[in-house]
Amino acid sequence: MKLSMWTYEGPPHVGAMRIAASMDRVHLVLHAPQGDTYADLLFTMIERRPSRPPVTYTTFQARDLAASTAEIFQTACRDAVARYRPDALLVGASCTAELLQDDPGGLARIMDLGVPVVPLELPSYQKKESWGAAETFYRIVRAMAAGRSRPAEIAPNSCNILGPTALGFRNRDDVTEITELLRKNGIDVRVVAPLGASPADLARLPDAAFNVSLYPEISDLTARWLQKTHGMPFTRSIPIGVRATHEFLAEARALAGLDDAAAAAVAGEEGERLGWYSRSVDSTYLTNKRVFIFGDATHAIAAARIASQEMGLRVCGLGSHMREFARDLREAAAGYGLEALISDDHLEVERAIVEAGPELILGTQMERHIAKRLRVPCAVISAPAHVQDYPARYSPQMGFEGANVIFDSWVHPLMMGLEEHLLQMFRNDFEFNDAASASHLAAIKPVEAQPATTPSEPAPAAQSARVPWTGEAERELGKIPFFVRGKARRNTEIFAASRGIHPITVETLYDAKAHFAR
Amino acid sequence: MGALEAIAREPSAPLRQRGQHEVFCGLTSIIWLHRKLQDAFFLVVGSRTCAHLIQSAAGVMIFSEPRFATAIMEERDLAGMADMHDELDRVVEELLTRRPDIRLLVLVGSCPSEVIKLDLARAATRLDRRFAPGRHVIAYSGSGIETTFTQGEDNFLASLVAAESLRDASEKPVSLLIVGCLADVVEDQLSRLLRDMGITDFAFLPGRSGRKVPAIGPETRFALAQAYLGATAAALESRGACRIDAIFPLGEEGTTAWLSAIAAAFGVTRDRFDAVTQAPRQRARNAMTHYRPWLEGRRIFLFPDSQMEPSLARYLSRELGADIVEVGSPYLHRDHMAGELALLPAGITVSEGQDVDRQIDRCRAADPDLIVCGLGLANPFEAEGRRTKWSIEFAFTPIQGYEQAGDLAELFARPLMRGAMLAGLAPRAEGAAP
Repeated sequence: MKLSMWTYEGPPHVGAMRIAASMDRVHLVLHAPQGDTYADLLFTMIERRPSRPPVTYTTFQARDLAASTAEIFQTACRDAVARYRPDALLVGASCTAELLQDDPGGLARIMDLGVPVVPLELPSYQKKESWGAAETFYRIVRAMAAGRSRPAEIAPNSCNILGPTALGFRNRDDVTEITELLRKNGIDVRVVAPLGASPADLARLPDAAFNVSLYPEISDLTARWLQKTHGMPFTRSIPIGVRATHEFLAEARALAGLDDAAAAAVAGEEGERLGWYSRSVDSTYLTNKRVFIFGDATHAIAAARIASQEMGLRVCGLGSHMREFARDLREAAAGYGLEALISDDHLEVERAIVEAGPELILGTQMERHIAKRLRVPCAVISAPAHVQDYPARYSPQMGFEGANVIFDSWVHPLMMGLEEHLLQMFRNDFEFNDAASASHLAAIKPVEAQPATTPSEPAPAAQSARVPWTGEAERELGKIPFFVRGKARRNTEIFAASRGIHPITVETLYDAKAHFAR
Repeated sequence: MGALEAIAREPSAPLRQRGQHEVFCGLTSIIWLHRKLQDAFFLVVGSRTCAHLIQSAAGVMIFSEPRFATAIMEERDLAGMADMHDELDRVVEELLTRRPDIRLLVLVGSCPSEVIKLDLARAATRLDRRFAPGRHVIAYSGSGIETTFTQGEDNFLASLVAAESLRDASEKPVSLLIVGCLADVVEDQLSRLLRDMGITDFAFLPGRSGRKVPAIGPETRFALAQAYLGATAAALESRGACRIDAIFPLGEEGTTAWLSAIAAAFGVTRDRFDAVTQAPRQRARNAMTHYRPWLEGRRIFLFPDSQMEPSLARYLSRELGADIVEVGSPYLHRDHMAGELALLPAGITVSEGQDVDRQIDRCRAADPDLIVCGLGLANPFEAEGRRTKWSIEFAFTPIQGYEQAGDLAELFARPLMRGAMLAGLAPRAEGAAP
């Protein structure tokens, strides 16, 4: 038994729903009690999907347990096929039905439903949502493409894109971006799956030369199976960030048998602005800003690389809630001299953030809330995300346009933080305080002077090992801009503790500053 | 299809269908219960699905550590490798160590815990003894195989009533108990009205603290402020308390009828009752007037959600002049709902339970002006160019009493006003069903 306040991932059957909701002409019958229908609103509310996910829940009740829940399941299957006429029927059980051991797969198979039935094993008490999505995608691809033989003639520059799903982070726009980028570089995308694919499209997967595995959390299992069964190679690099996009295109071009010389001039690169924006002098203030990164493995690892190599930030924490990808995370974190945080306990993540004292947090919806509490700027880089992270505008994370979007969306919260600092710095200024009217509106005086509000200083991130400060030292610390104040406080306290200084004076503050200025 | 069903039925018999229920389970009640009882903590004993449900329904609002959590059962618990009760004790210990502010710990049963017959009542008794006297532990079931949405609150209140450890035996039973979770502001308004009528010995269930439950005895009379409290009423009656029968306090008419039943039970004179309620009644009527033009003559279809649907339909039809096409409820309590159903105009389809696909068919065929439904259905209906009102809001928003009668009307009118404002915009979302 595990105590959990909030979870990064839902149960595996929600992963199965994500695959069903991504696809056309597929229906999922889920053996589940009422209440499990809550998952519909993830799709209709968070992603603003205009239709209900193609899922039928058996919604059995306590009084059915004494009779036959299996019969209820079979009726639900028959009704779903008659009403929705899918080309393939997925069947599975949620956590409660798993305990009943009705065997939905076996029941559906003997029913002669007239459509291919794909039974799903979704062990709710061991696995989670991403695993369920990957497994479901693999099962349905296997069901549709196992018996297929590859055509004699295959265009070497043809590929499929594997992995984008409903409720994925910016998947819709990533697919548009990467499809177009590949096309400009002479590569033809045949099937995108599961997002927008039908069962018939899955049967065509072996007709392409290779696969692009865009979201390994979802597509790795399937890409490996297609390689083993049909000899289709697949791409390993994930095109998030400028360098990674170049690597990805080089890898794809190599698989497509396109010559290397042409790759020197990558088509689509002309729209890339992250490089210049990052070099431009106003970005200097980004240098070595401490950034804490947490999310799914793919987005977290990519974000760390962009942060350190393309935006000049310092990665002070890197982690993921996905144990399945712990090895990749650890490897990446070691490159920044860090130990990866592998945890699905948001309280542990919060502790690690407080400990690291970042100036920017890149994370999921959970870290956004942690950042709000700690008053640290934050950008969301990975699911789970909330409704505002499914924007109306085109905003991919992948490819060159994705890099542009990333630059903007990380810098924006930092700029907001900076503006807040300036407002605080000038809060006692004779013409900028709340009581003074704006100088260009001098003709209109405020009716009643308001007392100048003094917003409280953001809580220092690290509360541990507190050495007392003299009043004078505290006041001196207050003169340091807020975005480095936390670091100054932390460094000074470490310095004081290591030398047994008690209390901290103005002298100590500057001694510590000199000590750490290396 | 819908018309044929309607003709084939007795006019008074509700339409009952067995099929997919598109409603939350009882665990969802925790979202408002934990806000109401500020020293209580709700620990669901369940699966990852339970944890995911609550946080999804709550909209991932984690600006502070919430006072609810899930003890997620894992493979080794189910395989018998770990003793469930030992595991639960360990999790509770961990939780209470971290949250010393918790005075009432509520163990909440779920579908999986019910299916494996984990006896949480026994666990609560054991833990209650262990953490006494500073802390109390009770249990109830919010499982989806037994409860829908608001029935979770019903089971919780019933367990509060039954809990011996939360009662002071020496205390005199309260004369009047107002039952059902209400917003603090609504409680304050109702309290003022009752006191002005000369009724002073009353209490609310739940109160703002979970530590103490008012004494209940044969001299206690209780009024239900919420429509979904069958189990709680039974628990109160088993302690000798007597229910004051009334329709529910929604709208001016509902609030007046509800207060007047209480006043009659406590011997308040008609003059005094009128003097106390006259001004707020007029205010309520005035507030509703603004929205009546938006709702009068509009055809409204209510999907089942919170069991408040018959009361809402009565309010819409009698106070705002709306035409009700169908009113669905997950469950119809014969006695508690009799007054509401009697006030509904003849010819309305009343449905109990749900087969959501067939109900959607009926709704599309009826083509109403406004659909009251859950969050899973609202956007898909909007994408078809229909106007909807999310029903979950009725459980979270203060809507009871005189001062909220206008707010309640506004909740229904807003989607229609918005529809009129956005009339020039294409209603169909990309990829919407035709």
